Amino acid sequence: MTFINYAAREINCKIVYYGPGLCGKTTNLQWIYDKTNPQAKGKLISLATETDRTLFFDFLPLDLGTVRGFKTRFHLYTVPGQVFYDASRKLILKGVDGVVFVADSQEARMEANVESLANLDKNLKEQGYELKSVPYVLQFNKRDLPTALPPDEMYRQLNFKGEPTFEAVAMSGTGVFDTLKAVAKLVLTELKKK
Amino acid sequence: MAAPDLVMYEEEYQQIKDILHRLQVDSNSKIVFLVDKNGQQIAVQGDMRGVDATSLASLTAGNVAATDGLAKLIGEKEFSILFHEGERDNIHISLVAQRVILVVIFDEKSSLGLVRLRVKKASQELERTFEVLLRKSEADRGSMNRFDSPFAEITDEDIDSLFSE
Repeated sequence: MTFINYAAREINCKIVYYGPGLCGKTTNLQWIYDKTNPQAKGKLISLATETDRTLFFDFLPLDLGTVRGFKTRFHLYTVPGQVFYDASRKLILKGVDGVVFVADSQEARMEANVESLANLDKNLKEQGYELKSVPYVLQFNKRDLPTALPPDEMYRQLNFKGEPTFEAVAMSGTGVFDTLKAVAKLVLTELKKK
Repeated sequence: MAAPDLVMYEEEYQQIKDILHRLQVDSNSKIVFLVDKNGQQIAVQGDMRGVDATSLASLTAGNVAATDGLAKLIGEKEFSILFHEGERDNIHISLVAQRVILVVIFDEKSSLGLVRLRVKKASQELERTFEVLLRKSEADRGSMNRFDSPFAEITDEDIDSLFSE
């Protein structure tokens, strides 16, 4: 749900990073936080366990600049990836404008990817959204690992509707901003249609 | 889409700010602010120096969402009021019109009783304002007005320029 404030001339959009546990959602946000200049970003908030696993969400507000006289502000959220945090994931999807699915490229994690994607589809439906109509981008993370599956194989199994797909190594930043740009563009394009 | 976009217009924005200002003065509190359920800050009154408003808004919404989840688990419709007591400052959080969250931060200059009393009155006023706002944005959506939307003309270049750095 985009919040358009004509009085303050601001648009606020919510983007959620989804994916299985340890796929690199928080790492994506961490990289964006580290590489964005201080004026354009707020605090990165992580509600995590003592072992740095996301407990509720990570949150990063980002100012992208002005479009047609309106300040565009993106609120980036991650969900906790671990299966048993499903109730929290549902809450975070409320009011979402765009979704990034971060897939773990390791062969051993393919099943977890597929399961998490099905979970995303189901949870979006519960909130009244459809994955096929919501602005959506797919990222294959951890491309640097020797056990990474070929991208074609991953595309075949995970690409849902021909959405923009990016290869990434979030630890070193590869593909992180490309992914963010793509989803932001889709969200703004959606706004244009309304 | 699950819920219609929230659109804020100048007139109602001013009304909301006036209501929040009155609430802040009447309840003798430090900060009064309004957040939507998704964590977007709508309006604020009071001394926000040293307070990270965006994080406050997002965490408040997370807090309310989690509490809402808890309520549903035990078969309650909602817990309409949350109260956090600190050594110096306290936070009073309440739901308005099922849709927005009213947050009041106060210290020993005020009291929970006073805040609750004033919040009740302000909530009724806010509810009326939001009803008008929702009707207005629905009417806008249904009418030709939508073609006046500043976003109808967003070009690909506009979007690209956001990422030019």
